[in-house]
Amino acid sequence: MGELRLMKGNEVIAEAAIRCGCDGYFGYPITPQSEVMETLMDREPWNETGMVVLQAESEIASIHMVHGAAGSGKKVMTSSSSPGISLMAEGISYLAGAELPCLIVNVQRGGPGLGTIQPSQADYWQSTKGGGHGDYRLIVLAPSSVQEMNDFVELGFKLAFKYRNPAMILTDGVIGQMMEKVVLADYIPRLTDEEINEKYGSWVTNGRKHNRQRNIITSLEMDSVRMENNNLRLQEKYARMEEEDVLFEEIQCEDAEYLLVAFGSSSRICQKAVDQAREKGIKVGLLRPISLFPFPKKPIAVLAKQVKGMLVVEMNAGQMIEDVQLAAGCSIPVKHFGRMGGIIPSPGEVVEALEQKLIGG
Amino acid sequence: MTEEIIIAGFGGQGVLSMGKILAYSGVMADQEVAWFPSYGPEMRGGTANVTVILSESRISSPVLNEYDTAIILNQQSMDKFEAMVKPGGVLIYDPNGIIHPPKRTDINIYKIEGTLIAAELGNVKTFNMVVLGAYLKAKPVVKMESVEKGLQKSLPTRHHYLIPMNLEAVQKGFESLELVQAV
Amino acid sequence: MELKDIINPNNLVYEKPKLLTENTMHYCPGCSHGVIHRLLAEVIEDMGIQDKTIGVSPVGCAVFAYNYIEIDWQEAAHGRAPAVATGIVRTNPDKVVFTYQGDGDLASIGTAEIMHACNRGENMVVIFVNNGIYGMTGGQMAPTTLLGQITATTPNGRDAGRNGYPLRITELIAQLPGTSYVTRQSVHTPATIRKCKKAITKAFQAAIDKKGTSFVEIVSTCNMNWKMTPVKANEWMVENMFPFYVPGDLKDSSKNDPESYTPLKN
Ligand SMILES: Cc1ncc(C[n+]2csc(CCOP(=O)(O)OP(=O)(O)O)c2C)c(N)n1
Ligand code: SF4
Ligand SMILES: [Mg+2]
Repeated sequence: MGELRLMKGNEVIAEAAIRCGCDGYFGYPITPQSEVMETLMDREPWNETGMVVLQAESEIASIHMVHGAAGSGKKVMTSSSSPGISLMAEGISYLAGAELPCLIVNVQRGGPGLGTIQPSQADYWQSTKGGGHGDYRLIVLAPSSVQEMNDFVELGFKLAFKYRNPAMILTDGVIGQMMEKVVLADYIPRLTDEEINEKYGSWVTNGRKHNRQRNIITSLEMDSVRMENNNLRLQEKYARMEEEDVLFEEIQCEDAEYLLVAFGSSSRICQKAVDQAREKGIKVGLLRPISLFPFPKKPIAVLAKQVKGMLVVEMNAGQMIEDVQLAAGCSIPVKHFGRMGGIIPSPGEVVEALEQKLIGG
Repeated sequence: MTEEIIIAGFGGQGVLSMGKILAYSGVMADQEVAWFPSYGPEMRGGTANVTVILSESRISSPVLNEYDTAIILNQQSMDKFEAMVKPGGVLIYDPNGIIHPPKRTDINIYKIEGTLIAAELGNVKTFNMVVLGAYLKAKPVVKMESVEKGLQKSLPTRHHYLIPMNLEAVQKGFESLELVQAV
Repeated sequence: MELKDIINPNNLVYEKPKLLTENTMHYCPGCSHGVIHRLLAEVIEDMGIQDKTIGVSPVGCAVFAYNYIEIDWQEAAHGRAPAVATGIVRTNPDKVVFTYQGDGDLASIGTAEIMHACNRGENMVVIFVNNGIYGMTGGQMAPTTLLGQITATTPNGRDAGRNGYPLRITELIAQLPGTSYVTRQSVHTPATIRKCKKAITKAFQAAIDKKGTSFVEIVSTCNMNWKMTPVKANEWMVENMFPFYVPGDLKDSSKNDPESYTPLKN
């Protein structure tokens, strides 16, 4: 077993990156995630594993630096919070279009605009439905604990390389700033240039070798027929993600008559709400989507046949509820409870909302 | 057993680091722990608070609407958190700077003269350790050895020479807790 | 004499560099981009660095540069080539990386990226093609458009009050401690082409020697959007652009100022 530590979610992202053989991090400071780069700079991984860490001049530059390094087959990442992710939208779309693997961490804060530095989940749509231009998808993972912050760094990279697609860890100030026990992963060595050429030689741009054709990384295609084919290839890839890599957790769902659906920090609050409601005799369970894209449609459809109603709890005005409604169909009520602006709902409020919106109503 | 604590006061009183040492002590005692701070610019000078949860089992929400124990170190925090102590729970406060003492009759209330004791000890920075000691008297959730180990883990090695002084402050706080009301 | 007698290896005096592909260039006849591509291909071939060179193409007329030179390329978003190049070179410090950018790309939408890459002294070469206009999108004003110059968005000529002044970004770049070699060239005569090739060679050598950023501005024409014949465009460039964008070296730390550059520790 790996090393046990008490750490903040943000610090763990940095530590996990170093340990999983990440080649580079490019970022720009923004609350509430600045500890990611601060921890990296303090750890000086360039001395230990050779990982490059660079404070860029903006989030725009950060994400395009990720493009450059990812295009050379390196395992690279960036992190930011909501306003910075908006700036990265351009680069994320280019990465998706050029089919480059990378990891992007969004430690969300409340918006719109400069908003608040307090936690929020209002970037659900931005992360799962685009954000940048064009028909593309990100692999989106929503950790609900500091341990998962650790685990999803390696998982995010694994999926990113499996599909040659950017992956995002979508979290918020609660998980980023919270300290919990975490078992750190063991070190994985960074790939050597020879290993990169062996594994990814068909597409990387790290200098044309005698034994291969030159490679070009681009999202541009002026021929419409070919461009449509590129799009179809992307869509096939997204469909394959929906087949093979849906992740979710069911908590106390076996006998549930009502269901809470929540991701990330909200799902932690809902776990407590489930306990509190059950003490009152309400049989409620919790479904926690872990991969927000691909979204766990099937388990929601199955539970829609079992429960009398669903309450989607999010720190936003109602975003994931649209996906839950689509998956659940029209046979049962699907309601929303959310707080915004950096206010975190308490477990008590969730139970109250459950009683008012579903059981009483 | 699960103990859900809020520690609240001014930024600069060592609220967050007190919570951190408590959390580390929990880790040393093999418990599950969560430490969730208020964050942002308000930490500097304004109010600061931290939720600490120690438990034998998996911890669900780090955000709570009621607490087993509230450790309250200024008036704003009293106004906000007195009502959030569970019936039968514990409220510990330092009377220094408190204009309106707690009024609840359904909770256990203790006082700790943390500010005075820290001044007597000759280092106001040990204030939070005095309060921690007082808390451990009211709620012996972790043993003193675990606190010592927690201090070792949470302080950088270059500050380890400060540990004996901190432990003395914890001990002093432990001995100085005053019961105001028991239910 | 028949054609096959003329096209005969013995008569060869001039040849397409091997690194230039067989693809037909999409540039307008007379455009400077084609000449500059050829020079780049020659330099990379002469230096024998084709297997470790990665180019980053811009958004602009040169977006398809990757179709013409037989090396690895990445195509960057508009203005972001210096960031993409930074990502490549930071994680592949032994490779030779260059960006190829127009004036809109480098001096307008990508000002932050170029300034900061040069200021950090990223070990790379920047080829900056300044034709004073947005060629690709049909001839709108660029940051480098001269006062009085007519473009699609300055139909009565660029007016300082409304549009601001032409930007001599290369002069700014030369101030930055991260750059070791900053020069302004052109490719409108055989002599200037030879000089420009030397400058590009020197810039690539500086990258190989890890001397930080080398910056080669090439004052160019866009005869299409300037609405001139190629010959007229060259004349107009000499008459109007050169007085403002004066050709010559702006900084050469190998000659005069080796202290001004601090090498990058990765
Ligand atoms: C974000 C974005 N904005 C605008 C454009 C449209 N656009 C394409 S090329 C270009 C200007 C290119 O001018 P320059 O960099 O001078 O290159 P040239 O074509 O003159 O060589 C513009 C505005 C774009 N592709 N992306
Ligand atoms: S539009 Fe101008 S820059 Fe573009 S290819 Fe034609 S002449 Fe060259
Ligand atoms: Mg131009």
